[in-house]
Amino acid sequence: MCRNNDMWLMHLVSNGPDQQAALADLRAELLHGLRRALATWALVDEAFLEDVVQDALVRILGRLHQFEGRSRFLTWATAIVIRIAMSELRRRRWQDVSLDAVIENVDFTPERASEDDPGPHTQWAQKAILDAMHDVIQNQLTEKQRAVLLAELKGMPQDEIARHIGSNRNAVYKLTHDARKRLKRSLEAAGYEAADIHTAFAE
Amino acid sequence: MTLSKQEISGLMRLIGLTKDDEINCEQCFSLVAEFAERQLTGRSIPEGLKAVEHHLAICGECREEYEALLRALQDIED
Repeated sequence: MCRNNDMWLMHLVSNGPDQQAALADLRAELLHGLRRALATWALVDEAFLEDVVQDALVRILGRLHQFEGRSRFLTWATAIVIRIAMSELRRRRWQDVSLDAVIENVDFTPERASEDDPGPHTQWAQKAILDAMHDVIQNQLTEKQRAVLLAELKGMPQDEIARHIGSNRNAVYKLTHDARKRLKRSLEAAGYEAADIHTAFAE
Repeated sequence: MTLSKQEISGLMRLIGLTKDDEINCEQCFSLVAEFAERQLTGRSIPEGLKAVEHHLAICGECREEYEALLRALQDIED
């Protein structure tokens, strides 16, 4: 059955056969979309997809009042099921990795940024920017900002960083955003604009 | 251990993209469905959604989820 946004909402909050039919259709649509979205992911099987969709249905029904109609209902619901799935996949991949292990013995000491020979001018520009960046990181960022920034650069998901530091994804984003702003301002104050940085580190 | 070339380049790219005002992951999530539909149908991105585009350039996890959403929607849109 083809439903517009109003029909989805009306049927999902109703009682009886309309609700049952809407739930069955929504479940089928989410499974279909999720299967396609995660087609290339390892560790994804039908049991995983079923579990995620079930979880998503509960969450979607609890958030119907948040749907503002800015998109199609199915698009909104699909975004929810995908976020749940990706969060779970990241959690499984990183569950046995501690934050300490990720950032242990790693520092921001700038070595050469390029394994190729970029030429003396670029090499000099890179070194000057890296030295300035290193100074800011060591002296102007908090320990928490340094740890979070480093963990992110090492590929650790924000959800996992948040779990380790007892926080949430938005708070982790704010920590790194504040760190990036500090780095950018300090580099600009030292005479390095975004264009200089881009030029010096262009692949 | 020092940062690799890729990690340093990644950090520099992020610094270059950094703005004072950025939306966070939750704010991005609340707008991403509309953004995805506009992208898929080739409609213009209004000013209010530019921040989503910028957040997706910065945040690897939101970008990963967005790309998965596009894959899912390609089927729904058919």
